[in-house]
Amino acid sequence: MLKVHYFAALRETLGSTGEELNLPRADMTVAQLIEHLLEGRAESWAILNDSSQVLVAVDQTIADRTTSLAGAAEVAFFPPMTGG
Amino acid sequence: MISVQEADFDIGALYESLRAEADNAGAIATFTGLVREFYEASDKGAKPSVQSLFLEHYPGMTEKALSDIVAQAQARWDVLACRVVHRVGELQAKEQIVYVGVASTHRADAFAAAEFIMDYLKTRAPFWKKQAAGDKTQWIESRESDELARKRWE
Repeated sequence: MLKVHYFAALRETLGSTGEELNLPRADMTVAQLIEHLLEGRAESWAILNDSSQVLVAVDQTIADRTTSLAGAAEVAFFPPMTGG
Repeated sequence: MISVQEADFDIGALYESLRAEADNAGAIATFTGLVREFYEASDKGAKPSVQSLFLEHYPGMTEKALSDIVAQAQARWDVLACRVVHRVGELQAKEQIVYVGVASTHRADAFAAAEFIMDYLKTRAPFWKKQAAGDKTQWIESRESDELARKRWE
């Protein structure tokens, strides 16, 4: 079971704080996860493909679309950070 | 050493704790960030006055990211003691939002490490600001200048 989180403006755009899902394949990449998430969903979800607007973390470490999800427990998608 | 909290912080107490912890420190550099009254990056036309700011974060990753940033600073400079405090939740204009304090043997390392930690914190720690002005709320957009500030350390 993979936990997926959505934060900040992205959470509001998608209307979801997150979800839990079983991956069709254990060794998927982030890009393949996004493809899986987009299936049958509204057009607004396509924003997940835009790496300038949506960053990704795998197991709480910054990752990219090519990162493998093998063994991962948690994936998070969020806008560029604006702390400090 | 690292704290993510809703409560305000006392920079005097943080400074004294650095002074007590760091034996043989010759310098303590501290930075305090405040909630501004205007955030130009998200202004479209007229500048609304910010009445409050809401700070969202990613619990767990936030602490991990800040620990990683401090570890990188410790690997690059002589860091005898360090404190990083970042507030989350609702904050009002002029309130304190972030604190970085670094004790070192000499001032150059204290200044550099504190600046490095702030530049990485702004672009690599999962915090997001939403401003409320009047009856409108708006997420603050990231700034290219913050990313450039971080990149100069690479």
